[in-house]
Amino acid sequence: MSNKKLAIIATKGTLDWAYPPFILASTAAALGYDVQIFFTFYGLQLLRKSLDHLKVSSLGNPGMPMPMAMDKWFPVLAQALPGMQSMMTMMMKQKMRSKGVASLEDLRNLCAEADVKMIGCQMTVDLFGFQPSDFIPGIEMGGAATFFEFAGESDICLFM
Amino acid sequence: MANIDKELDARGLNCPLPILRTKKALNDLTGGQTLRVVATDPGAIKDFQAFAKQTGNELVESGEANGEFTFVLRKKA
Repeated sequence: MSNKKLAIIATKGTLDWAYPPFILASTAAALGYDVQIFFTFYGLQLLRKSLDHLKVSSLGNPGMPMPMAMDKWFPVLAQALPGMQSMMTMMMKQKMRSKGVASLEDLRNLCAEADVKMIGCQMTVDLFGFQPSDFIPGIEMGGAATFFEFAGESDICLFM
Repeated sequence: MANIDKELDARGLNCPLPILRTKKALNDLTGGQTLRVVATDPGAIKDFQAFAKQTGNELVESGEANGEFTFVLRKKA
């Protein structure tokens, strides 16, 4: 019996949205799935050597729970002030650490150890002018057809 | 109570780390050996049932005491 297959397209480059692809990929691998993640557009940020630059923003994100009920009294426009995004990111990271949520680096390493195949979208790599040296080793580059080669035979296919 | 071949402390860890660490710990065992995992993530109860069902490793024991969840898994032969 061949393994089940999970194909993921990761398109977002924020701290919060970096989690779903790595959590699901690593868990699926632990359950015996073959997994591929195709990183395109802003998702390419998740393949950068360091993930420290990833941020979370409350702007345009009314569902984000805010500390001290800030969403009730703090004007949305003020969230656009310089430094707000860094502050939100710092608070989010602190909360994650205090709740025992894994770091993104750890999850990504676990994915790599579990043979999750990570593919960078060549077109968007060229579009944004990334260099191969910007990314972690062990990834491949490919296009839409490369993705479908695996996704076409997958049992689960997710766009994130 | 069956003897335990390996222990894993997953307390304080959150989804999906308890499952990922469990999978790693099972890799060090041979078929039929047992692993005891202690976790504090309330989601672990369902997750360990699902993990056992999907991987074929048997969930021999599952218990809760003082906010800690204990699971004993027997590695698939």
